[in-house]
Amino acid sequence: MKHVITLNVNGDSYRIAVDPWRTLNEVLREDLNLTGTKLGCGSGDCGACTVLVNGKAVSSCLTLAVEVDGKEIMTVEGLAPSGEELHPIQEAFIEKGAVQCGFCTPGMEMAALYLLKQNPHPTEKDIREGLSGNLCRCTGYNKIVDAIRTAAEKIQKK
Amino acid sequence: MNISGFEYFSPRSVEEASQLLLEKGKGAFVMAGGTDLLIKIRRKLLKPAVIIGLKGIPGLDKISFNRKQGLTIGATALLSDVAHHPKILRHFPAIAYAAKSTANTQIRNMGTVAGNLCNAAPSADNAPTLLAMGAEVILAGTQGERRLPLDQFFIGPGQTAIEPGEILTAIFVPTPPPHSGVSYQWISARGKVDISAVGVGVMVTMKGKVCSSAKIALGAVAPTPMRARKAEKILSGKVLSSRMIEKAALEASREAKPISDVRASAEYRKQMVAVLTGRALSEARQRAAKG
Repeated sequence: MKHVITLNVNGDSYRIAVDPWRTLNEVLREDLNLTGTKLGCGSGDCGACTVLVNGKAVSSCLTLAVEVDGKEIMTVEGLAPSGEELHPIQEAFIEKGAVQCGFCTPGMEMAALYLLKQNPHPTEKDIREGLSGNLCRCTGYNKIVDAIRTAAEKIQKK
Repeated sequence: MNISGFEYFSPRSVEEASQLLLEKGKGAFVMAGGTDLLIKIRRKLLKPAVIIGLKGIPGLDKISFNRKQGLTIGATALLSDVAHHPKILRHFPAIAYAAKSTANTQIRNMGTVAGNLCNAAPSADNAPTLLAMGAEVILAGTQGERRLPLDQFFIGPGQTAIEPGEILTAIFVPTPPPHSGVSYQWISARGKVDISAVGVGVMVTMKGKVCSSAKIALGAVAPTPMRARKAEKILSGKVLSSRMIEKAALEASREAKPISDVRASAEYRKQMVAVLTGRALSEARQRAAKG
C-alpha cells in the first residue's frame, strides 16, 4: 500500500504517494528530480547521499521516505536557492580546488554545512572528524579540509 | 533499489507496536533508526513482510537522569543525543564517549543506542560500557513490562533474549557508586568509519587505594559482548597498582575468544584486549580518584 506523504524540500512542499520501501534518496532523485544528492555505497558508509532532515545530517540512502513525512529536508540544491549566488561553502570548494570528479561534493558540502552550524570555528581535527562519514575516492581530502576552514572564515565575515 | 515488498506501520504507542508485532508474526521487524535493518534488507539477509517504525511513538526518545535512580535512555534516543547530552557527559562520560565512537555523524543522527544493542553485533560499541556499569534493558510486551540485566540480553551474534511481541523500550543505567570510574576504549583499522576490532568497557569502584569492585566487558572478541570475570576477580580487594592492572589486562586477554576476520586476526585481537583493558583500567582509576 502506498503512503501519501508531504515532503518539505528546500522550502518547497511536495505531496506524493510512495511505496513504504522507497528511500528518501530515491524519492529525491527519481520523483523530485533533485539529482544533486548522490547515491554511493547504499550502506551509510560513504556520505555521498547526505542531506539535512530537520537540520541534522543523515544518510538519505538509509532513510525511508515515509519516515520523513512532514519534515524539513535540505539538499545541496538548497545551498544556493537563487541559482546565482553561491553559498560560502560552495565558493570555498571552488576557490580551494576541493572538487575533483565531484561525486562526493554534494555530500561533503552538506556535511560541512552541518558541521559549521554545530561548530562555527572548527579546528582541523574537528573538520576531519566531522567529515569522517564522507569518503572522497579521488582522495582530495586536504583541499576539502582547506575549503571548509575557508568557508568558516567566509561565514564569519558575512 | 533492491529493498522492496514490505508494509510499513508507524504505531503511536508501545502497546500498539507490540500488538502489531504479535499480529504480523514472524515477518515483522521493529525499526528504530533503521541503519542496521535497512542494510540487512539491502544485502538480502532479511526479507521482512512488515516494518514497525518506533520513531513516531511520543516520548520514546526521552533521556532522563536523577542521581538517586540513574539514567534512562529511551529506545529512539539518537546516538548523537546520547553523545552530547549534558547530564550524560557529566555523570556518564564513558557512555557518551561510546555513543560518539559509534559509526559516523550521519549514522549517529539516525541510529540509536537501543538499536545498537538489539542488533546484537559482538562489536556493538555501546555494549561494553553498559555491561560494565550493570545496565538493564526494559522490555515491553502485551503482557506488561520486564527488566533484564544486559548481562543476560545477548545470546549470540544477532540474537537477543527479546521474546516475540516484545520491544526494548529503554535502557536503564544505575548511578555508579561514589569513588568509581568508568572508561571505554576501542581500536579499529581506520578511525571510526570502521567497526571496532576490539572494544573494552570497565568500571572500578575504589575504597582508598583498594579496588572494591571491578567490572570488565569486552566487545568483538566473542560471539557476544562478554564479561572478563577472571580478570575482574584478580582486582577485587587489591590495591589498584600498575602491576595489578597489567596482570588483570593479561587475564582478560586470556579470557577473550576472538576469531580472525577482515578487521583483525584473532592473535592481534587478543593482544589488543590486554592493551585496551590496561588503558581502560588506568583511565577508570583516574576518574574514580576525581569522583
